[in-house]
Order: sequence, then structure tokens, then C-alpha cells
Amino acid sequence: MSETRLQSFCRSPVVWPLAGILLLVLVNLVHDRSTAFLQVTVTDGHLYGTLVDILNQGSRCMLVALGMTLVIAVSGVDLSVGSLMAVGAAVAAVLLAREAHSVALAMTAALAATALAGLASGLLVTWVRVQPIVATLILMVVGRGVAQLITDGNVIIIQRAGFEFLGNGYLLGLPFSTVLVVALYLGAQVVLRRSAAGLFIEAAGDNETASRFAGLAVGRVKCLAYMTSGLCAGLAGLLAASNIRAADTLRGGENMELDAIFAVVVGGTALTGGRFSLLGSLVGALLLQTLTVTMYNLGVPPAVAPVPKALLIIGVCLLQSEKSRRWLGGLWSARKAA
Amino acid sequence: MKASIRRRLPLLVTAGTFVVLFVTAGIMYDGFFSSRVFVNLFTDTASTGVAAVGMTLVIFSGGIDLSVGAVIGFTSILMATLVEKHGVHPAVAATAALALGAGLGAFMGMLIQVFRQPPFLVTLAGMFLARGGAWWISTESTEIKHPLLVGLSGFAWEPGGGLRLPTTALVLVAALAAGYVLAHHTRFGRNLLAIGGNEQSALLMGLPVAATKIWVYTLNGACAALAGLVAVIYSGSGNPSQGIGLELDAIAVVVIGGTLLSGGRGHMLGTLFGILIFGTIQSALLFDGRLGSAWLRIVVGLLLLGFILLQRLMLGRADRRS
Repeated sequence: MSETRLQSFCRSPVVWPLAGILLLVLVNLVHDRSTAFLQVTVTDGHLYGTLVDILNQGSRCMLVALGMTLVIAVSGVDLSVGSLMAVGAAVAAVLLAREAHSVALAMTAALAATALAGLASGLLVTWVRVQPIVATLILMVVGRGVAQLITDGNVIIIQRAGFEFLGNGYLLGLPFSTVLVVALYLGAQVVLRRSAAGLFIEAAGDNETASRFAGLAVGRVKCLAYMTSGLCAGLAGLLAASNIRAADTLRGGENMELDAIFAVVVGGTALTGGRFSLLGSLVGALLLQTLTVTMYNLGVPPAVAPVPKALLIIGVCLLQSEKSRRWLGGLWSARKAA
Repeated sequence: MKASIRRRLPLLVTAGTFVVLFVTAGIMYDGFFSSRVFVNLFTDTASTGVAAVGMTLVIFSGGIDLSVGAVIGFTSILMATLVEKHGVHPAVAATAALALGAGLGAFMGMLIQVFRQPPFLVTLAGMFLARGGAWWISTESTEIKHPLLVGLSGFAWEPGGGLRLPTTALVLVAALAAGYVLAHHTRFGRNLLAIGGNEQSALLMGLPVAATKIWVYTLNGACAALAGLVAVIYSGSGNPSQGIGLELDAIAVVVIGGTLLSGGRGHMLGTLFGILIFGTIQSALLFDGRLGSAWLRIVVGLLLLGFILLQRLMLGRADRRS
């Protein structure tokens, strides 16, 4: 029996987070008793509205989730992304404070620094054979310290027109950061799925020993995954700094690691590694941002925001666990038999 | 004889590192060599130390708990709010806080054991839950004015010889002693190490793996809550932001103490020396005064890295030999 298009769509990893977003939008509509949440207006050729705002503010998490997906696919995890965002922002801010340095130079230096940090995690994991959690935990702590050291613990204000465009500009009516993330996603999709690179990543994460015997340079693949994650985190740090026109090394990128891991898990990539879905992670990140906006809309104070997030994460993990699946499956077949 | 030295090598390295660090700091800074500074190594790290005792047990079993810092913050503000704003007796509030910490630990242990979720993810979610809960209670810190708690803050046991041991140092020493007995002289402690060494073998040997794992997270939750109480007594206030990043300090202390992060091997005495090393670095940075708090993070991170490299080196050699 061949699968219908509907059946294959239902099994796609994007369905669940998409359903979650629709549910949250519905909650907002019912709460507001108006369609204000969905309204998108055009002013000066730019799109405005809550949905556009979600796309704009969610772009950083989407970007970090892209890199995190690759790391989780090679059965690792990267806890350093939040700190690396701060490092990227700090390096760029310090360089941009001098007029002599161009925006391009500052951004290149920032991205090089975070990619190097990612490579360090990768080497710790593959060469020294430290568990990924611990290796990236070290980078997380040292990274935050280094970022504070770079800026002397101060919040540095950035005032450069070219740099501000990154997080506040518009392209084709859409926020530039969103366009950038979508372009990066499409580029990654082409590189990973049109070449053997995606297959290498899945193989390395699924069965390391077998991949090594098949002649795959597993260490190199893993290192590249961690480097990509560092690069994505650095770029997200630049987007964040550009968005608020300042580099905050103490709180910039705070809790981003859990947000990104959550986006990846919700998007259907298992924490055990192997098969991955970049699109799923993007939609997962959007779900998280929609949840945040919904909580503001419902009047939940920002300080309490971690609680519902944590509950959602636990809920999703439980739903994905084998035990509850078997249990739910049992209910399903029992009803069929009856 | 030689084998026993080799088995104790991580512990000896840690103890040696502490002596070298303490002597170096003593030579560099005037007034570092004093009983007051030494006792302060315990007093200033009491909160981290108590959390590290629980963390040692969790890491013995091959797990990890990232929620301890947040539980400390939650306990701290819960205690202050109950006592100062609702007039609850401190003993009752402390019992409630310990029970809540243990409850969260048990919940996380259950998710880890029954639903087979990775410990870092479950405890990361637990961290959000506890920190969000703490900020929910209050975003502002609250001063403690209850006479009993103020009395405990000011209390110090003076065994003579000019020594003054404040409450927080006494709690840390008691926690370490209890942890030592539990880890190395009870069936529970041996089960933990067996599970950390090889969970499958432990299961086949008929050890109560599920119960032990849930219990160790429960115990660690209670330990974190106790660390929160210590923080309240030490700082004289309840602060929901207390203990941010403390989980890493606790893990670092355990690893510096020679306990294997993958579980199955380690010693509570190592954790004692880990606490002393951590305290020495903290005090030295304080004595120096030129270096900011950012350096504490960097030094602890690098020290952690150094000890992990050392472990790999020694493990690699042991593997080759066998």
C-alpha cells in the first residue's frame, strides 16, 4: 500500500511544532477576541505586525538551532552557544568602537573567534575524547569569562549604520535577519542534501564505529559540526548586538543553549544523533518565540517565562520517549481491537 | 603497595595541587598564611561545597545535575519570603525547602530512569523550572531579620587556639563527613559506583539500579536545597538570582577532586580537596584585587580542562596496560 501525500506529511517532523504554533496563535486570538495578532500592515514598504516580529526576534534562535542540529546529529551537544554569542558580540563591539576598523573586518574577526572556539570544542570531543556536555560546558564558562574580559564587563554601545542594518534592516519587505537565516538554511540544505555531507553527518551520529570502518573521517565530520555551531552562534551574537545596538556580555545569549536544544528536539531530531531535520529545527525555534510572545500577551511576567518553557520541554521529551509511545500505541491498538 | 599508590594517584595529584596553590598564594600575598584565611576557604565556599557533595554522588552514578544552582536560588528566596513576609518559623520553612528540593530531585530522577531521558536535558529543564519559580516568588532580594537566622549567621564555634568556625563552615564539614560515610561505607555508595562503572553489569548483578538512581537525584535535590539554606545564612538575605552558574563550579570541584565524569570511580576526599582548591583561587583573586570576577570563571574552566586532560592521560595509560 503506497502512502498518500497526507500520510507522509503527518509523519514529517515539522507537523508537531507547526500544530503547536497554530494552537498558540489560536490561544492569542481567543484571548484578544480580535484578529490583531494576525494583522500584518505595510508601512514604507516594510511589513509590520506581531507575526513579522516573531520572525525577526526568533531569527537568532533559528540560526543557533541550525548549528545545534548538526552537532546533535553527530550525537553531541553544544552548551557553549550562549557564551559564544557574547564572545562574538564582544569582539565586534570592541573593534567597531574604533572608526578605523570596517564593519566587515569586525564581523569577520568575531566569526573567526567563535568558529575557533567551536573547533576547540570539536577537538576536545574527538581528540581528547571528553564527553560533549563537559567539553562545551568548559567553553561555556571560559567563553563568558573571556567575553567579559574583552569588554571589561561593560555594556558597549555600537553606533555604526552598516552594522545596525544586520538586526534592524529590511530586505524585500522582510526583516533582514530573517532573510539571512532563510538564505543560510537554503544554502545548508543544498550543501548537505545535494552532496554526501548530510549522509556523512547522519552516519557519524548513527553508528560511529561502523562509519569509521566504512572509511569515514568521523573526527573531521564532528569537528566541522562543532565549528559550524560556533559560527552560527557568533553570527547570532552579531544579530543580537545589532538589534539592541550594544554588546551585553553578561546577559547576551543567556539561556540560548536550552532554547536551541529545545528547538532541535521539538523539530524531530533525536538527541541520540543520526537523522536530522533542519527545517524542523527552524519551525521549533519559531514555536519557542511564539510561546514567548504569547506569554507576554497573556500578561505573564518575563521573569516567570522559564517555567512554562521548562514544562513544555519536559512534556515534549516525554511524548517522544519510547515508553510513553509504547503506552500510547497500546491505547491505540486496544481501541482498534475493540 | 605500588598498585594502591596508582589507585590513589588522582587524589594525591589533587592534594598536591592544593598545597602548591596555597603555598604559592601564601608567598605572593601578605597575610594569606593564617588560620582565618584557611577557615574562610570553608566558609566562603560552603554553598558550593555542600552542592558539590551531592554532585559527587550523582557523578559517581554516571549522571549529572545542572539544576543545583537554580535550586539554591529557589530555596534562598523561598526561605526569606516564608520567614519574613508570612511569619513562618524558620525550622518549618527550612523543612519545606528541603522537601521541595528533594521532590524536584525525585521528579527529575524519575524522568531520567523511567522515561530514559538524558540527565543533562532533564536537569537543564529542572534548572529553568527552579529559576523561573524563584523569580516567580520575587525578583527582588529580601533581607533576613528573624532572630534565629541572624543568630545562626553570627554564631561561630571556637574550639580554642584562635579558631572560629562559623555555622556555614560547620554545615559544610558535616555534609562532607556524611557524604564520605554514605559514599564509601554503605551499600548505597557501592551501588552508585557499580552503576556508574557499568549499569548493565550492575543490573545483572541484581543491584537495585532504578531505586538507587532515583534516590541519588532525590538526595542531590535535598543537598542543593541545604546549600541554599547555607547561602541564606552566609549572605543574610534571600536572593532569587543566587547560584547562577554554580552548577559548573560544583562539577568542577568534583572533577578536580579526581572523580571520573563518566562515573564509577572517585572519592569524597577528592571533593574536599577540590573545594579547598576552588576556595584558594577565589581567596587569591580577592587578595589580589586587580583581577575581576571574570578571571574566576576562566581559571576554574582552565583548571577543569587541565584535570580532565590529566584523567584522560592516566586512563589511557591504564587501558593500554590492561
